[in-house]
Amino acid sequence: MLKDLFTKNTHKKKKYATIPTEAAKSDVPEGIMTKCPSCKTIMYTKELNKNLKVCLQCSYHFAMNAKERIISFLDEGSFEEINENMVSENPLNFPDYLEKVEKDRQKTKINEAVVTGCGSVNGNRIALAIMDSTFRMGSMGSVVGEKITRAIERADELSIPFIIFTASGGARMQEGVLSLMQMAKTSVALKRFSDNGGLIISIMTHPTTGGVSASFASLGDYNFAEPGALIGFAGRRVIEQSIREELPEDFQTAEFLLKHGQLDAILSRLDLVEKITNLLEIHQPGGDLDWQGN
Amino acid sequence: MAGELEFERPVVQLRNKIAELKEFTKTADVDLSSEIEKLELRLEKLEKDIYDNIKPWDRVQIARHPNRPTTLDYIANLFEGFFECHGDRNFGDDEAIVGGVAKFRGLPVTVIGHQRGKDTKENIRRNFGMPHPEGYRKALRLMKQADKFKRPIICFIDTKGAYPGKAAEERGQSEAIARNLFEMAGLKVPVICIVIGEGGSGGALALGVGNRMYMLENSTYSVISPEGAAAILWKDSALAKQAAESMKITAPNLKDLGIIDDIIPEIKGGAHKDVNGQAEAIDTFLKKSLKELLELSEEELVADRYNKFRSIGEYSFLKDYISI
Repeated sequence: MLKDLFTKNTHKKKKYATIPTEAAKSDVPEGIMTKCPSCKTIMYTKELNKNLKVCLQCSYHFAMNAKERIISFLDEGSFEEINENMVSENPLNFPDYLEKVEKDRQKTKINEAVVTGCGSVNGNRIALAIMDSTFRMGSMGSVVGEKITRAIERADELSIPFIIFTASGGARMQEGVLSLMQMAKTSVALKRFSDNGGLIISIMTHPTTGGVSASFASLGDYNFAEPGALIGFAGRRVIEQSIREELPEDFQTAEFLLKHGQLDAILSRLDLVEKITNLLEIHQPGGDLDWQGN
Repeated sequence: MAGELEFERPVVQLRNKIAELKEFTKTADVDLSSEIEKLELRLEKLEKDIYDNIKPWDRVQIARHPNRPTTLDYIANLFEGFFECHGDRNFGDDEAIVGGVAKFRGLPVTVIGHQRGKDTKENIRRNFGMPHPEGYRKALRLMKQADKFKRPIICFIDTKGAYPGKAAEERGQSEAIARNLFEMAGLKVPVICIVIGEGGSGGALALGVGNRMYMLENSTYSVISPEGAAAILWKDSALAKQAAESMKITAPNLKDLGIIDDIIPEIKGGAHKDVNGQAEAIDTFLKKSLKELLELSEEELVADRYNKFRSIGEYSFLKDYISI
């Protein structure tokens, strides 16, 4: 009997596909491996995270949430959050709006699409705002605008630089024109801060579009972007449909923007801290030559 | 040694001869030390004769030497932590001009300069150091930034000129240069300009409205290239050598005319023979001039620049003239 089975298997190929059972599936826990969407390499999620979520093979930058960003960018334990309890209202009584916000609060464990506070980068004190695209696609409503404005004002009070990591689909539709006006609110705050000599650094991450790219994201003394980040005002499809022309493949990527004069530099996440530290230190006076003129 | 220029050929020949003799004495059993000594004395004299009497046309050749140190070479030697900033936030990033922030002996500064390529490939990318309007607009953006953060500005000038092309005209080459002259006049920070190679006309001046203006000994600064001048004046660009003489384009000429503040001495035979040594010479001038300028207030700096350029020009008045 055993012999029969043996001959059968060697002479005839299987004519059916194997479908793993539910039990077999759970052998490999969810998320232990991650596949790079760019080069398709499959790697250990742990190793990927250790490499600041930059693909070990092709340097593709995976999205980072606010918490991961704080850990990777700031000195350990230096972050003090401000206005963490500010939450959205529903000014237009938009159907289901607050339910959606609540759902994202549960999912992301943050209260809104931006986290703000103070911290230090290699000992240099900064105020910062980090947008989180996992919360309502990082869209900007009253709370996002207000929290960013307050972070700018904190930077002004303390005379420290302001750094923002942007990640946003644009204005939050459910708050209508109030969202639009957040562009102006953040911009007037930046103007005042800038006139007082404040240093503004904008680091655009994937994606930075719409009203966010058309306000504070573009108003840095230095505008940087992460490699491959999508940055633009109008969406690709909207433009293609209105001009009836196919756009180049790299359209609205960080690399496209650099070529067209919009960015100071593209900064890889792997040496971001080092580069920003250098820049912050250039903004600190020092040495034996003293500037008498101010 | 590669890259020797026409005028220094006698020196090179004699130097080779001496080297040959030295090699020969090593293998053959003859004592030529006295001859070698004599020749070395002659070499010394010859070098002095040639390098102390460099003709304007020879300086043009040195200024154009393919190995002549560029802005980025000096930046690497003179500053710490240079952080390059790209783009004019408007149209593009013109690589014929480089700029960024750095520290000079601990003092935050903004550094901007024309940038030639070292080889054909790089030259194409950098358009042979001839900027388009976006290059000048990038420079201006960085100068405004320096003004905001009260950082002195250091400009390295090294261009044949602003690029003469269709696209450049469409985007307003003239306006871009004019805007820089206008805005540089109002900067409230010290501005130091150093011509390190060719200072080609308006394209050079657009980075050149400074409180201090220096030229490397073998650099040139002129309203037009010698070839261009010869073509316009005598309809023959082959007369460039003659034009170089009569146009007064060398550093000593400009010093005599009172346009530049000082000449930065060069390594014998040209800066390309020792980049580090040349950077050291520039360092001395930068340090000295910064020290002086940092004593001035914002208003004094603007007034200083105004007075400097206001006073350039020579003219007289007729005693007897016919009035209309």
